[in-house]
Amino acid sequence: MDTKAPPKTDIVSIRNLTFSRGHRKIFNAISLDIKRGKITAIMGPSGTGKTTLLKLIGGQLYPDKGDIIVDQQNVHQLKRKDLYTLRKRMGMLFQSGALLTDISVFDNVALPLREHTALNKSMIRTLVLMKLQAVGLRGARDLMPAELSGGMARRVALARAIALDPMMIMYDEPFTGQDPISLGTLVKLIKELNNTLGLTSIIVSHDVEETIGIADYIYVLSEGKVAGHGTPEQIRNSDSKWVQQFMKGDADGPVHFHYPATDYREDLFQ
Amino acid sequence: MIDFLQKLGQTTLTSFAKLGRGYFFLIHTLIGIISVLAHPRLLTKQLYSVGVLSFLIISISGLFVGMVLGLQGFYILSDFGAEETLGVMVAASLVRELGPVVAALLFAGRAGSALTAEIGLMKATEQLSGMEMMAIDPIKRIIAPRFLAGFLSMPLLAALFSAIGVIGGQIIGVGLLGVDDGAYWSQMQSTLDFQDDILNGIIKSIVFGFVISWIALFEGYDAAPTSEGVSRATTRTVVNSAFTILGLDFILTALMFGDI
Repeated sequence: MDTKAPPKTDIVSIRNLTFSRGHRKIFNAISLDIKRGKITAIMGPSGTGKTTLLKLIGGQLYPDKGDIIVDQQNVHQLKRKDLYTLRKRMGMLFQSGALLTDISVFDNVALPLREHTALNKSMIRTLVLMKLQAVGLRGARDLMPAELSGGMARRVALARAIALDPMMIMYDEPFTGQDPISLGTLVKLIKELNNTLGLTSIIVSHDVEETIGIADYIYVLSEGKVAGHGTPEQIRNSDSKWVQQFMKGDADGPVHFHYPATDYREDLFQ
Repeated sequence: MIDFLQKLGQTTLTSFAKLGRGYFFLIHTLIGIISVLAHPRLLTKQLYSVGVLSFLIISISGLFVGMVLGLQGFYILSDFGAEETLGVMVAASLVRELGPVVAALLFAGRAGSALTAEIGLMKATEQLSGMEMMAIDPIKRIIAPRFLAGFLSMPLLAALFSAIGVIGGQIIGVGLLGVDDGAYWSQMQSTLDFQDDILNGIIKSIVFGFVISWIALFEGYDAAPTSEGVSRATTRTVVNSAFTILGLDFILTALMFGDI
């Protein structure tokens, strides 16, 4: 399965990916596939390298070993120019939104259009307003990023991510730190965009309920390995103790509550 | 002992690695300048924040440095009965040395530190990485316009510093201490040489502008993406710029005015 070209239904396939930071192995020969047109979630506790995985897919980081194939192209063998061409077809929503703080909402969404297309001013205006309308923020076009709430900033970043009509969007922790209303809005938006624009969505998250609600397929990562994968139903009924602990949020289980330490009593009375 | 050697080796390696990254960064930036010329709007915005906003600090400092020169120069020169040459002394010190050097030190503190903090924070808030993911090269879009703005502003600010300094010297020397106005200006005009004095001063400030912009932007770009990292990078910009300016000033002066 390693050498064969991935089938066309997979937009991203990762094969035997190994990546380490310093001495810590973040990924240890993991393989996973992301189906075209579906919402795939990659879950795991903080520090399992979920964001790192997205950066690897986007070609911002280089793996120690293994291949990442995006839309039939091996990301890390591409020349810079081809990588940039590929990136125009990938949107990424950063956790912080990553909006440019010195230009307005409108200019932020217009930025990729102005840089990568030769459209005239009125076309760009129309497109930007359409994208902002899709996320419900057409009225906020003249605000500066600092004037937006966290949820709004994320929606603007989403409008910017879909500005070039990409084939897929990667969401980095889209649900973290959102109030219930913005949370509901985002969940609805991600699902709607995926279905109406024919996108592929990759969601990296540790928010179990929201993610399970919209994902078509879930990978659960733990300690550099894929601990379990399947449809939300299969994951819920997984017999892996680790996956069960993660889904239910138990304090103790295969992942211990206590950070490894010497004997408690000895430590106190030494 | 082995520990010490290990540390020494590691420090050497990391500093060379950083130097290497710095050179790649510079080359990448210089190439990026070509695309800035296609988007002059990006440049004007930076010229404003890097250059125009440094205007006040440069003018006020220039005025005071000129006034001090006028005062000190007058006391020393009047001992020899040569207070008529005050204009020459004030102008030559400013145009040759103090203009480029002090303006560069102030520029590093005012604009260089701001550039480092801005770029470092953009990195920490993932704005740079976000641009990369949008297939927009942050070096072209963010770094190159700032570099060009710093490079262009520095000589102009240094010239402004010297010009205002000369007026400051005149206010004190002519206005307060009674040096003859005509002598102040005519001695200056007849003694100062365009190529030897003014051009050399401009060359110095061009070199300083280049180096400060490079250091400030690279430190920001290379900063650890945390609050502590940005704060350290900002400090490094000011300290390293100051050392580099003073060191380069010595070398340039030796090359320009020494008979080597």
